[in-house]
Amino acid sequence: MLMQRLTVLISGLLFGAGLTISGMVNPAKVINFLDFTGKFDGTLLFVFAAGVGVAMLGYYFTFKRAAPFFGKRFYLPTVFAIDSRLLIGAAIFGIGWGLTGYCPGPAIASLAYLQPISLVFLVAMAMGTLAAKLVPEE
Amino acid sequence: MITESTPYAGLLGGALIGTSAVLLMAGAGRIAGCSGIFRNLISLKFDGDFIWRALFVVGLVAGTAVTRPFAANATVIALPTLSIAIIGGLLVGFGTALSHGCTSGHGICGISRFSLRSTVATLTFMVVAIITVFITHHVLGG
Repeated sequence: MLMQRLTVLISGLLFGAGLTISGMVNPAKVINFLDFTGKFDGTLLFVFAAGVGVAMLGYYFTFKRAAPFFGKRFYLPTVFAIDSRLLIGAAIFGIGWGLTGYCPGPAIASLAYLQPISLVFLVAMAMGTLAAKLVPEE
Repeated sequence: MITESTPYAGLLGGALIGTSAVLLMAGAGRIAGCSGIFRNLISLKFDGDFIWRALFVVGLVAGTAVTRPFAANATVIALPTLSIAIIGGLLVGFGTALSHGCTSGHGICGISRFSLRSTVATLTFMVVAIITVFITHHVLGG
């Protein structure tokens, strides 16, 4: 259990370091990536390519095992449907992401900058998250 | 705020994020999805899973704090205005909870597992975000 917790902590540290070193914790860099006709900054594409590349390779070897090193089993999503919840949810997230330049990871990481507005965003994000529970399952 | 394109820092940061995702799966069998971790944390169910999620978030913030001085494009960050932060936060929370994932869970982890669902979600939020920025910055003039 200790080893599992240590691994999780290191995983979190690496994630935060990755978001910061790549500049993705800065919403301006994200918005400039999304802004093809303006002050375009292509960095996000490199972050994405390297992230997916490393994860693809690492997952390939990881899933050759029957179980994780320090856990009972792999907890993988059991929903595969491409339904209206997925599409509408992703679209609503896209509007919020485009408006602010924040997705959940960088928004949480930005707490390290000790700016009150990060907390405002996270409280609003929590309220939005809870509100989604009111949407009935299909 | 004008930012420079920083491909090498991007590749290094992306590789770190990918490594983080692999470590979480190989070590604990979990998807490194920030919206899912956040959603479960704020439901305040203090079961065995609460601890790993809290530890991941502590690591996330600490990792940012430690590397901040070395981040070329993120020693200072642009901040949204109060009204945009509230509206954007509500939309990001609602949308990611409804579609069960964000840039990390669907984007990095989902696509790496060749999940069609995650690929469709990622393309959807990417395209909508690009349209949103076009409207706010060029049509409405931001």
